[in-house]
Amino acid sequence: MAAAGMVAAVAIARAGDAPAPSYDGIVPAATLKVWRDLGTGNGALSRYKPATPPGHYAIGTTPTPQQIAGWTIAVPPDGANLPPGSGTVAAGEKLFSSDCAMCHGGFGEGAHGYPALAGGVGSLAGTAPQKTVGSYWPYATTLWDYINRAMPFYAPHTLKPAQVYALTAFILNLNGIVTGKFVADAQSVPRVKMPNRDSFNWKDPRPVTHNIACMKDCAPAGSVRITSSAAKMGLTPRTTGPVDDMKGSGK
Amino acid sequence: MSKTDRRSLFRLGAAFGAIATAASTGARAATIAPPADDPWSNALGAGVDSRPYGRPSRFEKNVIRRYVPWLSPTKDADASFTPLQDHHGIITPNGLFFERYHSGRPSIDPKHYRLMISGRVKRPLLLTLDQLMRYPSVSRIHFIECPANGATEWPAAQLNSLQFTHGMIGCAEWTGVRLSTLLDEAGLLPDSRWVLASGSDGAHMDRSLPMVKCLDDCIIAWGQNGEAIRPEQGYPVRLVVPGWQGNVNVKWLRQLQVGSEPWITREETSEYSELLGDGKSLGFTWAMNAKSVITFPCPEKKLTGGPGFYQIHGLAWSGNGRVRHVDVSLDGGVNYHRATLDGPVLSRCLTRFTFNWRWDGKPALIQSRVTDETGYVQPTIRQKHKFWGRDPVYENNSIQTWQVLADGTVNNVQLS
Repeated sequence: MAAAGMVAAVAIARAGDAPAPSYDGIVPAATLKVWRDLGTGNGALSRYKPATPPGHYAIGTTPTPQQIAGWTIAVPPDGANLPPGSGTVAAGEKLFSSDCAMCHGGFGEGAHGYPALAGGVGSLAGTAPQKTVGSYWPYATTLWDYINRAMPFYAPHTLKPAQVYALTAFILNLNGIVTGKFVADAQSVPRVKMPNRDSFNWKDPRPVTHNIACMKDCAPAGSVRITSSAAKMGLTPRTTGPVDDMKGSGK
Repeated sequence: MSKTDRRSLFRLGAAFGAIATAASTGARAATIAPPADDPWSNALGAGVDSRPYGRPSRFEKNVIRRYVPWLSPTKDADASFTPLQDHHGIITPNGLFFERYHSGRPSIDPKHYRLMISGRVKRPLLLTLDQLMRYPSVSRIHFIECPANGATEWPAAQLNSLQFTHGMIGCAEWTGVRLSTLLDEAGLLPDSRWVLASGSDGAHMDRSLPMVKCLDDCIIAWGQNGEAIRPEQGYPVRLVVPGWQGNVNVKWLRQLQVGSEPWITREETSEYSELLGDGKSLGFTWAMNAKSVITFPCPEKKLTGGPGFYQIHGLAWSGNGRVRHVDVSLDGGVNYHRATLDGPVLSRCLTRFTFNWRWDGKPALIQSRVTDETGYVQPTIRQKHKFWGRDPVYENNSIQTWQVLADGTVNNVQLS
C-alpha cells in the first residue's frame, strides 16, 4: 500500500511490563509474564509494521458504546467487565436444583454423561483423573463467564447477573472452596483462589516427545508384539449403511 | 424447428429414456458384462435441469460423516468424522468435512450478520458481510484438525476404523481477508497483545489468541473450496488459524476483542488444556504437531485382490510447516522405506503420499511416519505415553499401525 511507508510502526508491548495492578494477588507475576511473552512472541511484536494506517480502507462503521457493551461479555481473571450485582450460596442452591441438577446432578456430581462440577480433588495424578470446576479450573472468573455465556445449555443468555453470581457461589461452595456465607460479586469472585491454579504450565513446552527417522533395523527382529487390537473391542460404529447410532447394541 | 418443438422433443426423449431404463433393469441385470451395454447406455440420461446443486452418485451413499454415539451425551456438543477411507487427494469435500459443535449449529441469516472489532484498538469497527468482503482478500489451503483426533486410541487400539481414529480433520481452500488487514484497519495500541475470538452460537464459543499469530497468517474466511463456507463450518464467516487446533478456528465468528491478557475461557481450561500423567497441565498447546496415516489399506478398505501389486497411499500434515518426508514400514517399524510425496506440498496443509507395494500375501504390520520441515519426527504411542500418561485426551499424533492379515483384512492394532 502506498501509504504504508509513511506511517510509523505502532509500538507494541514493551517487554518486562510491570503486572497490571488489577492482577495483583490474582495471577502470579510469573504467569502474567508468560502470557505477555506469548502474546508478543517474546517481544517480536514490537517489530511489527502495519501494512496500512488505521481507517485506510474506510469500510464499515464505528460501533456505538452500547453495541460494544452488548457483545463484550467476556470476563478475564481480574474480573474486569463483571457487572454489578451479587448472589448467595443459598440462592444459588435453589436455582441449581431447578435449572441445573437434571444434567449436573444434585451435588454437581454429573448425570447422564454431562460433566461433573464438583469433586475429584486429588485425583488428577491418578489413573482416573476427574476434571471438575473444583479440582481443575484455575480461575473462578471462568465459572462466572461460562455460566453467563452458555448456561443453561438448552436456554443460554436467560440468566440475570444476580442469578449467575448465585450459581457461581453455590458451585464454589459445593467444592468446599468457599463457605456457605460467601457472597459472589464483582469484587469477591476474582479473589477466590482455585486449588489447581498453580498446576498449569501456560508456556507450551512441546515438542517434548522426539522420535528419530531410523530406516533400518530400528528394533531387534522379532521384538515387535501386538499389545492391543480394536478388532474384538466391539466399540466401533458401522462405517457402511445409514449412520449407526449403536442403539440396541448395548453400547 | 421452432423453440417449442425442440423443447417438446427433449421432453419426449427423457420420457423414452425413463421407460427404457425401467424395462431393461431386471432383464439385463444378470448379464451385465462387457461387451453388452448396461441399461444407462441404452437410454437418454438426465438433463441439466434435474440437479441444480450437484451431489455424489447414489452409489456413494456410504461415504458420509459419522459419529461415535458413546462419546457425548448430546449431539449438539459432539463431533462427526470425515470418511478418510474415501478421501481422494488433499481437499476435503465440503459435505464431508468433520464437525465439532460446542452448542449446536446456528443458522445465520447473512443479512443480519455483523463482525465487531473492539477492545484495545484505536478505531473499533462494525462490519456487515458485504463490507467485510470489500477488503483485500486471499485464498489459502490449510487443514483443520481437532486436537482430540485419536483420543480414543490413547490407552489402546479401540476403534477399528480409519474414519473414527483419524477423521476429525479436513483440508480446504479458505478465502477471506487476512486478520492483520482488519487489525491494521482498527489500529493496535501498545498493550494490544491478545485477541478474543467469539462466535454467535448459543455458547458464544470463544478462544484467546496471541497477537503475534493473529498478525502472522490468520484469515477471516467466508469461502470454502470455492463456495460460501458451509453452516457446519461457520457460515457465513469463520476464523482460520493455520496449523493450530481446530477449536481456535472459531466458527460463526462475530467478535474480535483485543486485550492485553488472555481471558482464560472455559474452552482454554476445562477443555483443550492437556492434563499430564503427573497431575500437572499444559495450558496453551495450539500448534498441531506432525502426523500421518495410511488411508489405503485401512480397516474400511481391505486388500481384496489377493497377493500382488497395491499402491499404499495416505496423508501427512504438520501444524508447524511443510511435510519434509514420509517413511512407510511393512514390518511394524523395524525397517522403513521412503514414500513418494504426491501433489502439492504446502505449509499447514494435507500432503498426499504413496508407496508401491508388491504384497506377498503374508501378514504385515504397516505404518507411516512423517518428518516435517522443522525436523520433528512423528513419535510412537509408547513414546507419547512417557510424557502424556496413558489416557489423556488431546494430541495423539502417534504412528498408526494397521495389521494386514493373510485374507486381506485390516485391523487397528498397537505394538509393544
